[in-house]
Amino acid sequence: MAVEVKPRESSDVETEQLATGCEAIAEAIRLADVDVMAAYPIRPYDGVMQAAAKLIANGKMDVEYIVADGEHSQFEIVKHACAVGSRVFVGSSGVGWFYAFEAIAVTAGLRLPVVAICGNRALDDPGAFGTEHNDSLAVRDLGWLLPWAETAQEAMDLALMAWRVGEDKRVSLPVAIGLDGAFLTHSQQIVKIPTQAAVNTFLPPFDLGDRLLHPDNPITIAPQVDQDWLMEIRMQNDQAMRKAEGVIREAHADFKKLFGRGGDSPFLDEYMTDDAEVVFFGQGTLALPMKVAIRRLRKEGHKVGLVRLKWFRPFATDEIVKCLSRFKAVGVIDRDYSFGSPYYGGVLYNEVRSALYSQPKRPVVVGFIAGLGGREIEQPMAQEIFEKTKAAASGDLKAGDTCHWIGVRS
Amino acid sequence: MAIETALPQIKGVKDVPYEELFVSGHRTCQGCESALVMRHMVKASGPRTIVLGSTGCMYVANTTYYTTPWVVPWMHTQLGASGSAALGTAAGLKVLMRKGKLKDEKINVIAFCGDGGGADMGLGAISATLTHKEYNCLVLLYDNESYANTDIQLSSQTPYGAVTTFSPSGSKKRLMHTRWKKNVPGMLAAGHPESRFIAAGCAAYAVDLMNKIRKALEIGGPTFVHTLDPCPKGWDYHPQYSQELGHLAVECGIWPLYEVIDGVCNLTGPTRQIAEGRKKRKPVYEYLKRQGRFAHFIDEDVEHFQAQVDKMWTDWLIPGVIPFTVPAKDQAILKIDKKSKPLHEEPATA
Repeated sequence: MAVEVKPRESSDVETEQLATGCEAIAEAIRLADVDVMAAYPIRPYDGVMQAAAKLIANGKMDVEYIVADGEHSQFEIVKHACAVGSRVFVGSSGVGWFYAFEAIAVTAGLRLPVVAICGNRALDDPGAFGTEHNDSLAVRDLGWLLPWAETAQEAMDLALMAWRVGEDKRVSLPVAIGLDGAFLTHSQQIVKIPTQAAVNTFLPPFDLGDRLLHPDNPITIAPQVDQDWLMEIRMQNDQAMRKAEGVIREAHADFKKLFGRGGDSPFLDEYMTDDAEVVFFGQGTLALPMKVAIRRLRKEGHKVGLVRLKWFRPFATDEIVKCLSRFKAVGVIDRDYSFGSPYYGGVLYNEVRSALYSQPKRPVVVGFIAGLGGREIEQPMAQEIFEKTKAAASGDLKAGDTCHWIGVRS
Repeated sequence: MAIETALPQIKGVKDVPYEELFVSGHRTCQGCESALVMRHMVKASGPRTIVLGSTGCMYVANTTYYTTPWVVPWMHTQLGASGSAALGTAAGLKVLMRKGKLKDEKINVIAFCGDGGGADMGLGAISATLTHKEYNCLVLLYDNESYANTDIQLSSQTPYGAVTTFSPSGSKKRLMHTRWKKNVPGMLAAGHPESRFIAAGCAAYAVDLMNKIRKALEIGGPTFVHTLDPCPKGWDYHPQYSQELGHLAVECGIWPLYEVIDGVCNLTGPTRQIAEGRKKRKPVYEYLKRQGRFAHFIDEDVEHFQAQVDKMWTDWLIPGVIPFTVPAKDQAILKIDKKSKPLHEEPATA
């Protein structure tokens, strides 16, 4: 579907509107002047495609909007559009994300800066619509940058960051923004919509340079390399991922200067941690119930706080280690599972423990698996997480003893 | 000098462009007809072309790092993604030109796939692409009738009874593979009324094939060309006979050549001569006996094969294209009268 419209005239005034996480991302698509996007229905991510379709139908933006025949095609379409120089957007959720898996893998291998959202959803079977992070996390080893948003505002901000960082020639990697299904994709919040002029300052036009597929630049992309060259090419991906951390810091500093948002660190969002002895550690929307718990626990005199991880890949190891080493105990809350993993812990739990291993002074790390399939993390569950982490801080519970499943009926 | 992008029809071999855009560097087998299809394909399309190649022989054996044979820009795509690759590339070029981010000019987009990638895994994506009439792209399916790059396993394009590594002939089962070949161009032509050009060709009829490619690229919108490519390794014959087997496939009526342009089906080459009664269809045995993959056939297998091909010519509404017909009593109400509505374009009246 193509609509012939003039690009929207840039507005000089920042506006505010009530938007879901998906609608906020759609605004980012408009502001970034995306060229090609491919849609296929699956809940909950597809809210963004519905919101974008409305913007196109109403002449608010000019994008090639392709309704694909499946997620594999969706991701292949944008991959190839990107190779000829288009700024692209795509997304999926849960098993749809897995249907696209082959295309997702090669996009990172090709170093094409596709920007996607993964509206996090539990994998089948059995069916569940609610959030669970295993879909996004399945691509953690492939070379996708993986940020997670907490609010609709952050979703929009991360999307603008995603094109800026992913398309940076030092990085040139795809980005998949994690949006918790329902809690974020479909919950309305007040979102500040920046001006077009400010976005244009922040986000330069996409330029693939000498990697552009065009008759004037007759290159061969991704020929058969076999054992002769694959390892050198894999290492280039590794180097790009290593550079991504610095590029994210740069982009974050510029973003903060232009828009006044984003917090002190691009990677960590700390809440009441200054004097904390015990902290919770997690990503996405679980920060909200945990913040409520922290305010309640603080009133009872407990020194407790929250560290929310904003980028899972690249994993800002030094900063995370430095931050977490300040505390006696860390309760890592995983909205995911990793059956048969060390200590039967979640993905984030084992990442954090691995990062802390070589530190002389390190906190006790306790693992919690909670809120799977979109289950709410209610205050009694938050209380249980706190009590177990507190016990670990006083030496009553050893790290790695077990990983605790929270709020499960017996 | 301005770059020539018009693609007029080629009148004969001497009219074929001299310029080679698919050169040495590939590692395909001797007598590989698919490599010849690649060569003819880009010869016909010219230098202002982007080629997307899905996994298969024409990727793995054909496009090796540092020895690529492609003079035109080329990019790999996944086994089931030729349709999506064509669509994404065409959409990207279109929007970038519309927005003024790329110079507005005609760039041909061709995505190719093998029979495994096109007739099996990627059929859905090709089908979807053929419905997006606003994007100019060609999907070319080179059909060597097996997964020839992975050890010759049977695909939905492997002919009835043929030996492959997934269908060996054994002491208990003479025929492991008893499915009839899927009718891909006919199915796509019937199912995608807005695709303006769908054709079946063969590199043994080089000028006919190049002209089909040019028509596909000139007419616009999403188009499809299916070629039958004799494969010495998979079909088990001496490489010097590739061209001859291509001729035999058409002359025996097994692989009809045709093109469907804007809803009109033109039979081409010897297929048209057979349909007009100017040429006699050769028995399929002439074709089968030349290939090791049919060496285990006994008389009844040959007879079955012949009967199926005969049915295609006698019972099908259009031989090789529409695999059904209507009862005689309904031909009048459906206005099916082949005499007043020929299957090919009327010659322009002088």
